Amino acid sequence: MAKKIVVDPITRIEGHLRIEAQVEDGVITDAWSIGTMWRGIEKILVGRDPRDAWYWTQRFCGVCTTVHAMASIRAVEDAVGMTVPLNAELIRNLIMGIQNVQDHVIHFYHLHALDWVDIVSALSADPGATARLAQSVSDWPKSSKTYFKAVQDRVKAFVGTKRLGPFANAYWGHPAYKLPPEANLMGVAHYLEALDWQREVIKVHAILGSKNPHPQTFLAGGISLPVDPDAQNALNADKIAQVRELLVQANAFVEKVYIPYLLAVAPFYLDWAGIGGGVQNYLTFGDFPTAEGQRREDYWLKPGQVRSGAFPDAKPVRAEAIAEYVTHSWYRYAGGDDQGLAPWQGETEPDYTGPKPPYPDKFVSDEDAKYSWVKAPRYEDTPFEVGPLARMVVGYAQGHPEIKAVVDLVLQKLGAPASALFSTLGRTAARGIEALLLSRQNLEWVDLLAENLGRGDTRIQDNARWDPSAWPAEAEGVGFHEAPRGMLSHWIRIKNGEIANYQAVVPSTWNASPRDPKGQRGPYEQALIGTPIADPDQPLEILRTIHSFDPCLACAVHLLDARGREITRVQVL
Amino acid sequence: MAHDPHNPRETALEQYLESRGVDRRSFLKFCTAVTATLALPASFARKVAAAVAADDRPSVIWLHLQECTGDTESFLRASRPTAAEVILDYLSVDYHETIMAAAGHQVEEVRRHTMEQYKGKYIAVVEGGIPTKDGGVYGCIGGHSMVDVVTEVCGNAAATICVGTCSAYGGIQAAAPNPTGAVGVGELLPSIPLVNLPGCPLNAPNLTATIVHFLTFGTLPRTDSLKRPLFAYGKRIHDNCERRAHFDAGQFVERWGDPGHRQGWCLYKMGCKGPATSHNCPQVRWNDGLGWPVGQGHGCVGCSEPGFWDTMGPLYERLPNVPGFGVETTATKVGLGIMAATAAGVAVHGVAKSIQLRAVEKKEGN
Repeated sequence: MAKKIVVDPITRIEGHLRIEAQVEDGVITDAWSIGTMWRGIEKILVGRDPRDAWYWTQRFCGVCTTVHAMASIRAVEDAVGMTVPLNAELIRNLIMGIQNVQDHVIHFYHLHALDWVDIVSALSADPGATARLAQSVSDWPKSSKTYFKAVQDRVKAFVGTKRLGPFANAYWGHPAYKLPPEANLMGVAHYLEALDWQREVIKVHAILGSKNPHPQTFLAGGISLPVDPDAQNALNADKIAQVRELLVQANAFVEKVYIPYLLAVAPFYLDWAGIGGGVQNYLTFGDFPTAEGQRREDYWLKPGQVRSGAFPDAKPVRAEAIAEYVTHSWYRYAGGDDQGLAPWQGETEPDYTGPKPPYPDKFVSDEDAKYSWVKAPRYEDTPFEVGPLARMVVGYAQGHPEIKAVVDLVLQKLGAPASALFSTLGRTAARGIEALLLSRQNLEWVDLLAENLGRGDTRIQDNARWDPSAWPAEAEGVGFHEAPRGMLSHWIRIKNGEIANYQAVVPSTWNASPRDPKGQRGPYEQALIGTPIADPDQPLEILRTIHSFDPCLACAVHLLDARGREITRVQVL
Repeated sequence: MAHDPHNPRETALEQYLESRGVDRRSFLKFCTAVTATLALPASFARKVAAAVAADDRPSVIWLHLQECTGDTESFLRASRPTAAEVILDYLSVDYHETIMAAAGHQVEEVRRHTMEQYKGKYIAVVEGGIPTKDGGVYGCIGGHSMVDVVTEVCGNAAATICVGTCSAYGGIQAAAPNPTGAVGVGELLPSIPLVNLPGCPLNAPNLTATIVHFLTFGTLPRTDSLKRPLFAYGKRIHDNCERRAHFDAGQFVERWGDPGHRQGWCLYKMGCKGPATSHNCPQVRWNDGLGWPVGQGHGCVGCSEPGFWDTMGPLYERLPNVPGFGVETTATKVGLGIMAATAAGVAVHGVAKSIQLRAVEKKEGN
C-alpha cells in the first residue's frame, strides 16, 4: 500500500531541507525535494561595489566557506579583464584544495558516517579485534588495543550519563546497519579523530586567508596576502613551511585513515552500489589553474559532461546551455513560469504558494504546483548531477591520469564495474577519491608556489585594473568554480562601476532541484526512487542517499538576481 | 595552583574528569585559558574548573535559522575546549541540526522533550536571522515558522546566546532592502536574558568563554549597550592593532603588494574599518592565533557592528565622514575624533539606522 512520509528537518546537512516520499511495499516510488528557507540576498547586492561581492556572496555558506568568494572574484575578473598573478592563483588553489579535502572528510565522518556506523553497536566491540582490523588495513599509528579501549570507555562513560545529546533518539539497531561491532568502533574512533584533524589542517586558511571560517584575503584580481621571502609580514619561507606541514598532515589522514576505512566498510554495503543512481548525467566546468592566464581546458580538472548511458563518452560543455526553471519553485517569472531563463536574464521574484505555517501535519509537495524555494537549473533542458562524482566520472571518461589510476584501484579492490559509480555508494566513494587526489595535489601546488617565490616574483594583484575608473562603463562576466559540492557559477553585470545584475547557479541547486516543466525530477528526487525503506518511521535509507550528495541548502536558496525588483506578491494559502 | 589531594572537592573533580577521559592537566589548562579570555584574575581558574565539572551538564538547544552555518563551523574550530569536549564532556548539546544523528520527527521530539524537561534551565544558542515578513513563510523547520520556534525556545531558556551577526542583529539578509523582514533575536524578543556575540562568523573562544562565565557566575557577562560582552567587545580593533604604530607614524599601504604591504603597514587607506569596530580579533586572533584579517594584509570590515553591511561599506573605501578623522590630521586629533564618533554610534542606535536609511534612499535614487 502506498504511504507518503515526511522527513523534516533533514539533519547533518547545511541548511533547511524537507524530503517527502511515497513508499510502496517497502520501496520509494516517488520523492520531492523541498527547500524550506529563503534569505533574499538577490535583492540586496544591486548598486554595490563589484569588488565587495565576494564578501557578501561568501555568506551564502559558511560550510562551503571559500567557494562563493572564488566564483565571485572570477566573475569580476572576467568582466573587467583582470589578469591574476601566478602567486595568487596558486595561493587560491591551496585555499580551495584544503577546503575540498577538509570538507570531504567532515562530510564523510561527521555528516554521513552515522548513516552507516552504529555507535551503540561499537560499545560491544572487542578492542583487540578492532586493533587487528585497523592494523590489517592501514599502518596509521592510532590503532592499538589500548587506544580503541580508551575510545570505547569514553563513549561508554558518555552513554552512562543517559544523556545522549546529539546522538539521542536516532536509528541505532536499525536492520540496515550491517557493520560488525569492531568496524563500528573504528568508525567512532575516526569520528573523534577527524574532529581534531579538521581543526588543525584548516589552519592553512588562517595562514593564507587570515581565518576560517570565511577567509578574508580574497581580492578581485588577486589575493591580499603579501608574499616576500625577505619580509616579516608577508608569506615567506617559514610560513610556506608551516602550510606544507599542515598539508602533509591533511594528506596523511586521507591516505591512512579515510580511504582505508572507506575500502574496509564498503564491502558490507555493496548493495548500495545498485541504489541511488538518479539522473546519471554528470557535469563539470573544470578548475585549478597552474599557470598565469591559462585556458580552462588546461586546468588540472577539465570541463566536460557525461550523459546517462553514454559513459565513457565525455563531451565538451557550453556556458550558454544553462537555464533555470521555476515551474515548481516559489518564484514567478515575468514572462511565464514554464520558460527557462539563462542566468543573464534570471529573475528572482518570490511567490510563496505553500501551506501557511504551522503545518507540521501537512504535505508540501504537489505534482501540479510549486513546492520549494530551490529553483531548477537544467543543462540543455536536462537535469544534471554535479559534485565529486560528476568530476570523477567525467575525469575518468576523459582519461585524466591521476583520476583514472585511483578510480581503477578502488573499483578493483571492491571487485565492482565502473557502472557501480552511478549510485549512492559510488557518490560516497568518489568524494573519498577526490579528497585523496586533491590532498596530493596540494603538495604539488605549494611547491610550485615556493619555486615561483624563489624566482623573485612578488606580484599578488592586478593593480592596473583595481580602480573601477580603469573599467569599461558596462561589462559582464562569469566565474566558474568546482566547489566541494559541485560546479558553481556566478554571473555579474557591471554598469558604471556598480553591480547591475548578479546571479549564482549553485551546486546544491542543481542537485536539490524540484521538477521542471517537463516533469523531470531533480537529482535528489530521482536518486531516491527505488530506495528500500525497512521502516517508514525510521527512514535511515533516505538519509543515506540524500547525504551522499552532501546537501548545502543555504547555498541552494541564494540565487542572485540583483535587479532590485520590488517583491510584488506573496500568496499565503 | 597546587593540587591538594585532601580537598574532597578536588578529588571529586578528579574522579569526574577521569570518568570523562579528560586528564587534569589539560582541564586546568583549559580553565586558565578561559579565565584569560574572560580577563579575570588567575585565581578564578579554580572556580571555573568547579563550575564546568558540575555533574549536571547544562542542556543546550542550538537553533539554525537564516544562516550559513559559519558559526557552527567556527565552533568546530574551538580548541579550548575542543568541540568534542564541549559536546561530550561539558554540555549536553541536545538539539543541533548539523550534528544530530536523528532526523525528522525524532529530532522535533527531542527539542520538545528538552524544552519541557529543562524548562527555564537550558541554554539557547541561536545562529541566524529570523524572517518575520508574510507570516514567517521565508523560513520553516518541521512545518513551524522560525518566528514560532525562536519565540518558544528562547522564551523558555535560562539564557540565550546569539552567535554571529545574523542572530545578533539580523545579519546579511537584513541589509537593505531586507526582503524577508529579517531581525535578530533581541529585536524579536526584547525582554529575554540575552547576550550577543556578533562577528561573521563568531570567533569560537568568545563563545566558550561566555558559556563558562555563565556556568561559573550564574549570570551572563557584563555587556555594552548592544548586549556584547565587554571582555570581547570592550575595545576597538584600532586600539589593539599590531599595525597601530604605522598608523600613528603615517605609514600606509597604498597598493596591494607594495613594499608597505609587505612590511605590515597600516591598511586604513585600503578600507580598514578597525577604527570603528569593537572586537578582540587583534588579541585572540583566529584558529589558535595563527591569523586575523589585518595580520594577513586585508582590512577589517567591521563584521561585529550592527548593520555593518549597510553602514561600513564599500569594503575598500576609507571610513567616510568621521568627524575629525583623516590621515592628514595628527594622531591625537584622529584618536579623539573616532572616539567621539564611536561613542555616539553606540549610545544612539538610531544613528546606524539613519545611515542605513540614507543608503537605501541613495540606491533608490539611482
